[in-house]
Amino acid sequence: MNKRSTLKAVAAAAIFALAGVAHAQQTIKIANIVELSGPGTTAGTVFKNGVELAVKEINDNGGILGKKIDSYTVDTQTNPGVAKGLTQKAVDDGVFAIFGPVYSGSIMVSMAESKRGEVPNFTGGEAASITAQGNPYVFRTAFGQSSSFPKLAKFINTKAKTLAVIYVNNDFGKGGRDTLAKLLEGGPTKVVADISTDAGQIDFSAAVLKAKQSNADAIFAYTNEEESARLLRELKKQGWTKPVIGETTLTGQKVIELAGDAANGAIAHVGLTVDAPNPEMLKFKAKYYQAYGSISDHNGIKGYTGVYVLKAAIEKVGKLDRKAVAQALHGIHISAKKNPGVIMDVSFDANGDLDRESFLIEVKNGRQVVIATLPALSAKK
Amino acid sequence: MTDFLQLFFSGLATGSIYALAALGFTLLWQASGTINFAQGEFVMLPAFMMLGFLSAGFPLVLSFVGSCVLSVIVLGWLFKRGVVDPLFKFGMMPIVVATIGLSIAMRNAVRAGYSAEPQPFPNLFPDEVYNIAGVTISATDIGTFAFAIALVLVTQAFLAKTVTGRAMQAVAQNTESASVLGINVPRMIFYTFAINALLAAAAAILVTPTYLAKFDMGASLGNKAFFAAIIGGFNNSRGALLGGLLVGVCENLAAAYISPAYKDAVALIIFMVVILFKPQGLLGKKVERKV
Repeated sequence: MNKRSTLKAVAAAAIFALAGVAHAQQTIKIANIVELSGPGTTAGTVFKNGVELAVKEINDNGGILGKKIDSYTVDTQTNPGVAKGLTQKAVDDGVFAIFGPVYSGSIMVSMAESKRGEVPNFTGGEAASITAQGNPYVFRTAFGQSSSFPKLAKFINTKAKTLAVIYVNNDFGKGGRDTLAKLLEGGPTKVVADISTDAGQIDFSAAVLKAKQSNADAIFAYTNEEESARLLRELKKQGWTKPVIGETTLTGQKVIELAGDAANGAIAHVGLTVDAPNPEMLKFKAKYYQAYGSISDHNGIKGYTGVYVLKAAIEKVGKLDRKAVAQALHGIHISAKKNPGVIMDVSFDANGDLDRESFLIEVKNGRQVVIATLPALSAKK
Repeated sequence: MTDFLQLFFSGLATGSIYALAALGFTLLWQASGTINFAQGEFVMLPAFMMLGFLSAGFPLVLSFVGSCVLSVIVLGWLFKRGVVDPLFKFGMMPIVVATIGLSIAMRNAVRAGYSAEPQPFPNLFPDEVYNIAGVTISATDIGTFAFAIALVLVTQAFLAKTVTGRAMQAVAQNTESASVLGINVPRMIFYTFAINALLAAAAAILVTPTYLAKFDMGASLGNKAFFAAIIGGFNNSRGALLGGLLVGVCENLAAAYISPAYKDAVALIIFMVVILFKPQGLLGKKVERKV
């Protein structure tokens, strides 16, 4: 009798265990670890919205390999320590992939955890150093500074002999400033003022005054969204009329909304813009607007396309194997024709950096206007 | 020199906003012996009230008037009845702790109830920039400074010249004697809270175009105003004005001539120096402890 009941118990346990495995594989669990408070609120919220929009779409269309995506969102408070803790927890929860954080300073710290757990981690961070660490599980959803700045430096060389650089003193800002300084070395443009500002800074009067004193031909402004808006307002207030050049964060939709008229005339190199002359992008813009009642910025596109990149990689591998998916992502080329969700053709290199077309835009009458389309770096060769 | 002047003037504008919030600190301290650490959030909330009115289609000035009324009700009456009155008999510390809690609650309520994202806010003053002898001054700076200083002076004149104002001061100086003289003490204390709420609403309309309406916009403002009030003298309304302007100007100069990174330390450094050498504040009066 004893033997029999033991046998029964073992059988029951086995059934439960199997049921558990089966249940675990019925959904693809992903964690959305983003900035929902603190200085990164704007970036994190829009990124999260993009991810959720893609997840909903994919689920409505039958999921990935027939399995639904199950996503949850947590707030890093724009704090690298919190981001690390949340990533650790997500890894322990056995998620299939992690999206976020968006801030470079946070992903730099948190990606050690996703590497430890061998979980593919898609970040919105743009600091050059993120993919320079040899972490095989980190993937960008937008250009890193090492791929976007060469295009930017080329443009600045044609625009200004002297340049004042205003940057935010964090991993993102310093990374950009260092990359640009290196690229401009020996070229026709000289950096005549190097002005550091703080994350969350409110008053930019001293920074702008310093830039004015330097008498530079143009300002390169490299701060996060909220600060960019305040900086643009201060530039207008102090009567700055020369070009203000930047990256994606200078002319984001939220920046335009916050800075109002002051944003007009700002020029930026952007990897992603909802105003790109691309039918898939227009579709995305409309879908996002319908879902959230506002216009997405680049961070929304990052989150949205990121999920579709994951989908393409899983489908390429043909099974839910995190390690194999991460491997497949290195060197993958995803065409927008076959996978409309990625919006534009995109390829990843061995470091997790991505390459695709990008745009030069100018803010005119409170709208982003594409003034040039720049080909992918690899296409130039 | 022109740079110095420019920094000086824009510092005055920032400083006058600190002064408004600092005046609130000193008023509440004098009238009811409380320190309100939610002062920064008292500025944030009217900003969102105005946003609410604006999105309902009201013009900015009407929205301001509306949020002034709402502020007096919520930040004046409700705050007094809900937080200060029940805790008053337990002394100052419970109220201080309660206001810290209140500030966290208000911040998170706005974050959860409205949005965590910053919102644009219309400017009360035109976008014009004047160039006077090489010094660029914006209409916003001039308007902000003039509006804030006028409010501080009107408040002081009200306290010094009107019967109600004098009664409020009497309550502040000696509550028992004031009630013996027939002054309605609870009403006078409520007036103080109402004035504080109005000053906060005024600070909101001046500061929000720059700070952007965001749930945590009050945090640094509240801190700076607190330091400014101590620097100027916690028991003197004029001290709040001096402290606010001093912090605003010094901050701006330090950001330009030393490093922007040290900007936020300026208020703290002045605060420490003042506390060391003149603990009652620059204009404060020494108060002997009653035994």
